[in-house]
Amino acid sequence: MAELDTSSGGGHKKGPGVKKAKKLSTRIDLTPMVDLGFLLITFFMYTTTLAKPKTMEINMPYKDPNMKIEDQNKIKKSVALTVLLSKNHRVYYYEGIGDDPNPPPDFLHQTNFNAKDGIRAEIIKKKKFVDDMKRAGTLGPKDETTVLIKPDTTSTYADLVNMLDEMSINDVKVYAIIDISDIEQDFIKKTEEAAGGAAATPKP
Amino acid sequence: MPHAKLPRKSTNIDMTAMCDVAFLLLTFFMLATKFKPEEPVVVKTPSSISDIILPDRNIMLLTVDPHGKIFFSIDDTVLADGPARKSLIERINGDKGLKLSGDEAKTFENGASIGLPFNQLKSFLGAQPLEMKTMVANAPGVPVDTSAESPNNELAVWIRSAREINPRLRICIKADGDASYPNVQKIIKTLEGLKIFKFNLITNLKGIPEGTAAYEQTHKDMK
Repeated sequence: MAELDTSSGGGHKKGPGVKKAKKLSTRIDLTPMVDLGFLLITFFMYTTTLAKPKTMEINMPYKDPNMKIEDQNKIKKSVALTVLLSKNHRVYYYEGIGDDPNPPPDFLHQTNFNAKDGIRAEIIKKKKFVDDMKRAGTLGPKDETTVLIKPDTTSTYADLVNMLDEMSINDVKVYAIIDISDIEQDFIKKTEEAAGGAAATPKP
Repeated sequence: MPHAKLPRKSTNIDMTAMCDVAFLLLTFFMLATKFKPEEPVVVKTPSSISDIILPDRNIMLLTVDPHGKIFFSIDDTVLADGPARKSLIERINGDKGLKLSGDEAKTFENGASIGLPFNQLKSFLGAQPLEMKTMVANAPGVPVDTSAESPNNELAVWIRSAREINPRLRICIKADGDASYPNVQKIIKTLEGLKIFKFNLITNLKGIPEGTAAYEQTHKDMK
C-alpha cells in the first residue's frame, strides 16, 4: 500500500477511524536471489568446461599410386609387431611383418585391451627388446619399434582408437594402419577354431 | 564490577553486494558459454589420452553413428568471399544441378549436418522443421565408397568442394565407438584418395595409466 500512501500523502486525512498504513521497509531478503544466482553460475561453469571436445591427431602415410612395390616394406622384421584387431574387442599379434606369404607367422597370440596383461604389456616388451638390440649394436640407431595395426572387418572404431591410444601411451613413434590381408584373415579364423569355445567368449 | 554490555548485533547481513557479485559472474559465464551445436545423432566417442583441444573455426566434421551413417557439416567461418556454408551450398547447387530455391539454400546456411544423398537434399531443405527432425532420424547418411573417384562417393564431392572454398579446413572424424571399422575405413580411404593424410579423430579424455611411457613423460615435464 506504499504507493497509495504516497499519492494521498499530500494532506487529506481519511477520517478518524482509518489508521494510516504502516510504512513498509524497502529491504528485501536477497538470500533466495543469491541462491538462484549461484545455482546458475554453477550450471554455466560446468557447461563451458564440458563443451570443449578433445581430438587426436593422426597422420596417415603418404600413398602414391605410382610407388613401386620394391620401394615399400623397408622396415626390418625384427622391429615390427603386427597387431590384428578382431571382433568382440579381441586382439591378435605376432612378431614381424607377415607380408611375405612363404614363411607365414606360425602362431597368432590372442590378447585384449586389458591394462595389465593386454596388448600394452606386449608393446612394452617389444620396445624393450628393440632397445636392447640397439644397445647391443644389432640394430642401428635409426631403427624404431614399428607397430602395424590391421583392423579386420569385424572390429569397431573403438578398437582402432584404443590401439592408436596405446601407441601414444607407450610412446611408439612409428605405427601405421594397414589393410588386413587374406592370409591374416585366415589365420584369425584358424586360431579361433583352434582355441575352440574359449575364444568365442569375449574376455571382459 | 561493572561489565561492558555488548550491544546485541543483528544477524541480518546485507545481501546486496553478494547478489551483485553473483549476477556479475552469471553474466560473464552466460556470455562466455558456447553451447554445443545441435547434433544430428547421438554419438558416444571412444576415449583417448590425447588432450588437444578442438579449435572452433575452420572445421569440417564428419559424424558417424553406430550404424555407420555419415553426416557432413562445416562451420560457418566467414571467408574472403562470404560465409563458408553459403559458398558451399551455392557451389554444390551449381555442380549437381539441384535447383535449390533461395529459401532452401538459406535453410542449409542456418542448418547443421547433412546426412542425405544429393537427390534427397532439395526435399529435405524444403521441409518444415518438424518434418526435418524425422527426416534426420531416418536419414540414410551421405553415400560413401572406398574410392574417392567413384561416382557414388558423394562424401568426396562434399569434401572436395568444401576444401576448394576453404583450403584451411581441418577434417575431424567424430565416430561412435560401436561403428564398425569398414565404415570408418571408407572415410579414411576417401580422404587418402583426395590426398588428405592428416586429420583428427574426436575422442573423450581419459587419464593416462600409471607406469607407462606417456605417464612418465608428463610427470617429467611437471618437475
